[in-house]
Amino acid sequence: MKLITAIVKPYRLDEVKTALQELGIHGLTVSEASGYGRQRGHTEVYRGAEYQVDLVPKVRIEVVVEDADSDAVIDAIVKAAQTGKIGDGKVWALPVETVVRVRTGERGPDAL
Amino acid sequence: MTLAAQGIDTGDTAWLLAATALVLLMTPGLALFYGGMVRTKSVLNMLMMSFVSIALVTVVWLAAGYSLAFGDDTFQGLIGGLDHAGMKGLGPDSVQGTVPTLLFATFQLTFAIITAALISGAIADRAKFGAWLVFVPVWALLVYVPVTHWVWGPGGWILDKLGALDFAGGLPVEITSGASGLALALVLGPRLGFKKDAMRPHNLPMVVLGAGLLWFGWFGFNAGSALGANGLAAAAFLNTLAAGCTGLLGWLFVEQKRDGHPTTLGAASGAVAGLVAITPSCGSVSLLGALVVGLAAGVLCSYAVSWKFKLGYDDSLDVVGVHLVGGVVGTLLIGVFAVEEMTGGPEGLLYGGGLAQLGRQLVAVAAVGAYAFLVTYGIGKLLDKAIGFRASEEQEHTGLDLTVHAETAYDHGVLGHGAPVSASSVPSAQKVKSQA
Repeated sequence: MKLITAIVKPYRLDEVKTALQELGIHGLTVSEASGYGRQRGHTEVYRGAEYQVDLVPKVRIEVVVEDADSDAVIDAIVKAAQTGKIGDGKVWALPVETVVRVRTGERGPDAL
Repeated sequence: MTLAAQGIDTGDTAWLLAATALVLLMTPGLALFYGGMVRTKSVLNMLMMSFVSIALVTVVWLAAGYSLAFGDDTFQGLIGGLDHAGMKGLGPDSVQGTVPTLLFATFQLTFAIITAALISGAIADRAKFGAWLVFVPVWALLVYVPVTHWVWGPGGWILDKLGALDFAGGLPVEITSGASGLALALVLGPRLGFKKDAMRPHNLPMVVLGAGLLWFGWFGFNAGSALGANGLAAAAFLNTLAAGCTGLLGWLFVEQKRDGHPTTLGAASGAVAGLVAITPSCGSVSLLGALVVGLAAGVLCSYAVSWKFKLGYDDSLDVVGVHLVGGVVGTLLIGVFAVEEMTGGPEGLLYGGGLAQLGRQLVAVAAVGAYAFLVTYGIGKLLDKAIGFRASEEQEHTGLDLTVHAETAYDHGVLGHGAPVSASSVPSAQKVKSQA
């Protein structure tokens, strides 16, 4: 199994969710995140005093999938989140040792 | 202001009752204006500094402040007497001009309240609340009350002897609060992280709401200062609207040129700057004058707020940049734009009055500014030595809301103070309830 983590622009979240549903992915976890890549942040001005905001708001989407689905899921997320402009985000995958469904105690791919 | 007793006029009294309520509303408005500009961790403390000023100044004013400010002069136009201490000798039948004396005293009280509250903006985020509770009454008696006597008290030296003009409080309200704010900012020193961290306003909609309430109340402040429902009140009302508008536009113009963006905080600040400047002049200048006074304040104040970064004093919410500078601009420009049809006599430079009125205005500004600064600095230093005026480093880091008031303004989600009561703490909560 793989844990796929995607950091994307908040307003692309709906597109990513739709793309994953179309692939048959049942569940995902979304959290608010902030950070920066190459673009850094932006500048705000309050009564003439400049305020450099390094951290830009993002959402973090996490989904655990079977190994065979990993590439398709990554492609779907990238396609849905891509705007072509700077700050579109990153997607990465990590191996997952085990997954347990808390309600039933099922383990492994059955728990997804 | 006409202070001779002429019998109560119901129209004048009705308007002044309304105007008094409008001016009182300015202090909660100021609380929101200031509260939105500080960081989340000290918004409640900021609101409290304004709110508690209502209570503190009212008590001091009724006990002695009104009598010392508006009682018969006892020394060279510098201070009134204690004949009316505790409002002694004043009842429903007492008349001042065409309104009840008790109403006049209450109207003036609302000015004293907001002036004290204004100072809190200079020491936001780092003042001990206990010290503020002591400072406000002492400051009201030693600074606000004497200056008010100089300007509006019977026989006061500024209006009666010098002949400077101040319709609605450029000297006692704007210049004393600005100069006192500077003095306290110097006594307390800058906030932790000043010039390193940008202290971003935590809620700009709240700032705009506060500025809107201030503007609304300002009509009572300025048009109420005619002390009657009359043409002068109407002229002051219109001048107040005009100057607020040009102040707003002037500040936005500077921002667009200097920073590339017209900002919400700039619009709110510009309107307030214009209103500050028209306060002394609204009953003396022409409508053209009012438009220029507001514009000049909007432009100059938007530059003046950056002085604190250059000179190193931390006037947190720009009491100096907006109220001192705006107050000076408005008070001095009376010497340029005063027209006889408003003042009933003195005229400004532009209308053939020569330099004389401008000179009088300058003397008044310098005297009031210097007095307020020096006395406030003295009070601040004494209080700092006696009980400490500056919050501890830990309190300032954590925020005054939690450390002083044991409250926080906002629920920051399930991991913060809005966390649901855990199972283990439920029995004790029920226990407390059953005991109550």
